[in-house]
Amino acid sequence: MESIKAKLAKIVGPDYVSDQPEERYLYAMDPGTMPPRKPDFVVLPENTAQVAAIVRLANMEKIPLVPMGAGLVLSGLTRALKGGIILDMKRMNRILEVNEISRYALVEAGASQGMLQAHLKKHHPGLKHSMPDAPPMATLAGNVLIHGSGHLSHAAGFHSDMLNGLEVVLPSGEIASLGSCAVSPAWFARAPLPDLAGLFLGWAGTTGIVTKLAIKLYPRYKYEDILIFVADKPETVPDILYRITGAQIAEDITAWMTPKPLWAKGFQHINITFAADSKEELIWKRNLLRAAVKPYLESKEAGFMPLPPPMKHRFLQVPASDLARFADIKKGGGFEYVGAIMPVDRFPRAYQEGLNIAERFQAAYSLGARIIGVNHCMMFFYAYAFNRADAADVERAQQALEATNTAVLAMGGIPWKAEEPAQKQILAKMNPQMLGLMNQVRAMLDPNGIMNPGNWEVN
Amino acid sequence: MYPLQYDPHICENCSSVDCLTRCQYMHFDLKTAREEKNRILEQADTRVLADCVTCYACEEYCPNGNHPFYQIVELQEKKDFLPAPAPITRQQIVMMQPKGNLQPAKVSAPLVNLCAFPMLAGSIRGKLFEGAATVSGNDIFCNIMWLHFGKNSLIRERVPQSIERLHTFFLAESGLKEMVCFHDECYGAYTQLAAAFNMAVPFRPVHLFEYLNRRLDELKDNIKPLGAKVAYQRPCSNRLAPHTDLLLDEIFRKIGVERAVREYDRENALCCGGVLRGHQKDDLADDLQRRNIEDMRAAGAVYAVFNCPFCMFTLGEAVAEKGLFPILVSDLCQQALERK
Ligand SMILES: Cc1cc2nc3c(=O)[nH]c(=O)nc-3n(C[C@H](O)[C@H](O)[C@H](O)COP(=O)(O)OP(=O)(O)OC[C@H]3O[C@@H](n4cnc5c(N)ncnc54)[C@H](O)[C@@H]3O)c2cc1C
Repeated sequence: MESIKAKLAKIVGPDYVSDQPEERYLYAMDPGTMPPRKPDFVVLPENTAQVAAIVRLANMEKIPLVPMGAGLVLSGLTRALKGGIILDMKRMNRILEVNEISRYALVEAGASQGMLQAHLKKHHPGLKHSMPDAPPMATLAGNVLIHGSGHLSHAAGFHSDMLNGLEVVLPSGEIASLGSCAVSPAWFARAPLPDLAGLFLGWAGTTGIVTKLAIKLYPRYKYEDILIFVADKPETVPDILYRITGAQIAEDITAWMTPKPLWAKGFQHINITFAADSKEELIWKRNLLRAAVKPYLESKEAGFMPLPPPMKHRFLQVPASDLARFADIKKGGGFEYVGAIMPVDRFPRAYQEGLNIAERFQAAYSLGARIIGVNHCMMFFYAYAFNRADAADVERAQQALEATNTAVLAMGGIPWKAEEPAQKQILAKMNPQMLGLMNQVRAMLDPNGIMNPGNWEVN
Repeated sequence: MYPLQYDPHICENCSSVDCLTRCQYMHFDLKTAREEKNRILEQADTRVLADCVTCYACEEYCPNGNHPFYQIVELQEKKDFLPAPAPITRQQIVMMQPKGNLQPAKVSAPLVNLCAFPMLAGSIRGKLFEGAATVSGNDIFCNIMWLHFGKNSLIRERVPQSIERLHTFFLAESGLKEMVCFHDECYGAYTQLAAAFNMAVPFRPVHLFEYLNRRLDELKDNIKPLGAKVAYQRPCSNRLAPHTDLLLDEIFRKIGVERAVREYDRENALCCGGVLRGHQKDDLADDLQRRNIEDMRAAGAVYAVFNCPFCMFTLGEAVAEKGLFPILVSDLCQQALERK
């Protein structure tokens, strides 16, 4: 009988399938704290037809399938929890269309953030997409599918809100188009049809494999600027954010709180980036932002950090490199964070809990919050760096993450891109009807349970 | 400790009130200037405490050398009237605090003090600074900046420490008696400010312009005159050592550049605006920068010349956008020496 490897090789070609120990070792882990889980095979398809053929094969063989972009989610969601095939999408990285006037880009699921950023800069300098601060090799699909956020999230919400449509290989191997592209040749919106994209957003690859997606693009203005607002009373931050977001001027608003360098310790910094087509407009926008927080400036309770222009360049980098630099402070390649989606009014408590947990576990920490929409919610992050070569350090970070997830749920927040133990905590709190509906959807789409099993499961 | 050498009787008897009537940022006729001066003397509330942009100019304008600016800062602190928001001030205090990691070192002359700007080490090069050693960083930071933050207490606390460290860690250790101050702030701190606060300085601070003049004389055969017109951005701390502004004229003459006659130079120099952004006075900073750069251009300058690195950080990009070449005085001299 033909082996699974041989069948996979027939689909993608022998160079793009492996069951070798090196590959199985490398694909078993990500930079986070979750323990390695080895896949049986790694396969790199080149097109949708190949993906569909692999899914049909997995169904026939009842072997698990784990879709993977860059594997940078950090919470171990691309580990093969029950063995099987890791479907690495990186070869499917074409940028298929950029529609200038309707401001969207259609890409294959393996296209990376950096590729689209470079492509737009070169061919469509008046457009940009919302970049996360992840390393640029992170895929657009991987990020949209986990409800990621980035440099235009204050202006336009979660990256999943910026999704216009999907092409998906269903667990049956059928290929579905969702959004306007289901009816029209153009990928301009998810409205006005029943919104089935939600069947694939936030599901951690347990409902299908996305092969194409269209995302919204936004104007790239000629001039950009940044203000950094500094406060030292966390209880004032929700009001400050309410005021700044109310101006609806910024593109991105991200707070950061870190004990190092020493001058940053104990302060809440709020980076506010904005852009314009002329210097005059830029100053006008800056003035509106300043006016929004006037009572704080007048009382001198808080204010903007003086930033000579050369110092601004670092803060205007997209993606910002500070978190990546922090990720490496312990060396040894270990980094994970709890991103908690929660209401902005929870900021003071979220901040205090972060400090308490870092102290309790003696963890190297960095805290922050990216504002989503007009203060509609925030992605509050508790980042812990650790040395992967030091088992005690890994365990400490793991415990800190677990404690953070518990604290976040107790505050009324929800851990984002939750790792296996956090998923269990969320499911334990979840409305039973929602959980039941999730199980029904999965059973219907994936009766053989081949899609990324072990995730979003009660047992 | 370190009482300010300020004599209220001198101000009481002063009829011209130059400190306020000549101020470029607050506009007083003589009558209101006298009233505000009296309020300062009575330590009563006065708009001067809120509106002072901390440009140091009144230290130069005062015909009696009575330190009106330092007295204003004294009152700002006493009456808890800090020019910048509290967290900004607190953050700067931590940012600039001594790190305590200085090691004593034997250094060769000339010893050049780069203040808190280690990134300027690249400017200390070539024949101009042959054999020079440099020191920089928070531990030897002159700390004069606290005048912009209403914090004479930090001047009293940190300036003597820096003096002591410079002396014991480098100068005494190396048998040196003098130190070149790359930045006007250091020179102002160790000459005029230290004297105003009765602080002993056991070495001779040498202003960069004095040093450059000396070197340009020694290297005169290597100078190729630049033949360009320059606009000079006179920094706030040069107000503490006005005589050195004439030394700059000498330098310009030696390297063959013409100092553009413009409205905002010399005693009428405008603040670069950097500190004002910390005071949250962006509108004023915008206005000053616009007027200043327009004035530089109208005067036909090719270079915008700075001696203060902070002024250059603040204005450099803006002047470059308007077609002027931003450069430090020492680098301009290097150009005249390196020109083929
Ligand atoms: C330093 C640093 C900074 C970061 N900053 C941000 C940030 O600012 N904003 C942010 O949102 N994230 C951030 N991240 C988190 C993460 O790296 C990104 O969200 C990243 O975009 C995830 O993309 P990926 O390609 O690595 O996805 P992967 O890790 O490969 O996959 C993520 C999930 O999506 C599923 N998946 C992937 N591709 C498909 C597909 N084609 N079909 C179906 N399911 C699929 C996977 O199974 C997995 O469950 C950061 C990470 C780091 C290391």
